[in-house]
Amino acid sequence: MSLWRDFNAGIAIENPVLRLMIGLCPVLAVSNNAINALGMSCAVAFVLICSNMVVAMIRKLVPDEVRIPIFIIVISTFVTIIDYVMNAYFPALYQALGVFVPLIVVNCIILGRAEAFAYRQPVLNSILDGVGMSLGFTLALVSIGVVRELLGVGAIFGLQLFEPTLAAIIMILPPGAFLTIGCLMAALNKLENKVL
Amino acid sequence: MELFGIFFSALLINNILLIRFLALCSFFGVSTKIDTAVGMSFAVVFVMTISSAVSWIIYHFILSPFHLEFLRTASFILTIAALVQLEELYLRKMIPALYRAMGIYLPLITTNCAILAVAFLAIDYRFGFLSAMVYSLGVSIGYSLAIVLFAYVRERLALAPIPKWFQGYPIAFITAALMSLAFLGFTGMFGL
Repeated sequence: MSLWRDFNAGIAIENPVLRLMIGLCPVLAVSNNAINALGMSCAVAFVLICSNMVVAMIRKLVPDEVRIPIFIIVISTFVTIIDYVMNAYFPALYQALGVFVPLIVVNCIILGRAEAFAYRQPVLNSILDGVGMSLGFTLALVSIGVVRELLGVGAIFGLQLFEPTLAAIIMILPPGAFLTIGCLMAALNKLENKVL
Repeated sequence: MELFGIFFSALLINNILLIRFLALCSFFGVSTKIDTAVGMSFAVVFVMTISSAVSWIIYHFILSPFHLEFLRTASFILTIAALVQLEELYLRKMIPALYRAMGIYLPLITTNCAILAVAFLAIDYRFGFLSAMVYSLGVSIGYSLAIVLFAYVRERLALAPIPKWFQGYPIAFITAALMSLAFLGFTGMFGL
């Protein structure tokens, strides 16, 4: 029961992006199409799940005073791994994501979960928390990516739905990201008020 | 002339907050009041310039000669965290007035992704030392410009009649979208 709750929290109630407002930089920067959004989500999910697992394993060995530097070392190890793997196997995606891949190391979601959850909970709960949080992140990122790609170039996941000349190019430029996430949050506010 | 281009490109055309989308947590977090925005700006200009100088030296004189490039993520983030601590100690001892002005913002900077991003970008763009310095100065002044302007708008927004669903963060994002649109207008200036 508590395992299910740990898994579920990240998806909706504590959605890291739309609720807690953390980890915003990659969300806005790489959401100009759905494929980039999905690629970034996978990279973040890998780092988050692995770092949650390792932090939960070593939590009894780590002295309280130096825990933050140790978390950062753990996280940056996994970030370096995913950085090199993406560079080797998905060069086009790596080019598109650019500096945001190494910057996963300072993503507040990952350090935040290590500190707030994995440092205090057993390994299995921490892994599930990582999976749930990653799904919540993916959901937010991909939904913004889909909206921007559809309105900006008239396609979803590269599949052309209508003429690009009918699309508003502004949506795939930087202002479109701010506009989309603002409207999405307002819509969520409205929805939540209706439900409760 | 080249340095001039690097500076203005970092300041306006590729503004770190509104065009490159870095350091957004602090952009929305500390911009509710002008005072806090100004304090954060000073702290960012100060830390970013010093940390990009130190990380440039580490990369070109330690990591690169020994083929340890894969350690750059880990070494940069630890360097920045250590530097922020040292700068805090130094300021408290030597320049207490400045320390009081930016006191609580200094520790927050460790997690400010713009600082780390500038260290990476200066290496990705293959800048020399002088260009890297000019670049980080341009980026940090661009950060200050955007966040202070945004704080002025948000102070007005607190009093404006806004539809209920848009109150708080949603309207802040819409405002940022309009500012970002304005900054897009700089594209193509200086022949860049």
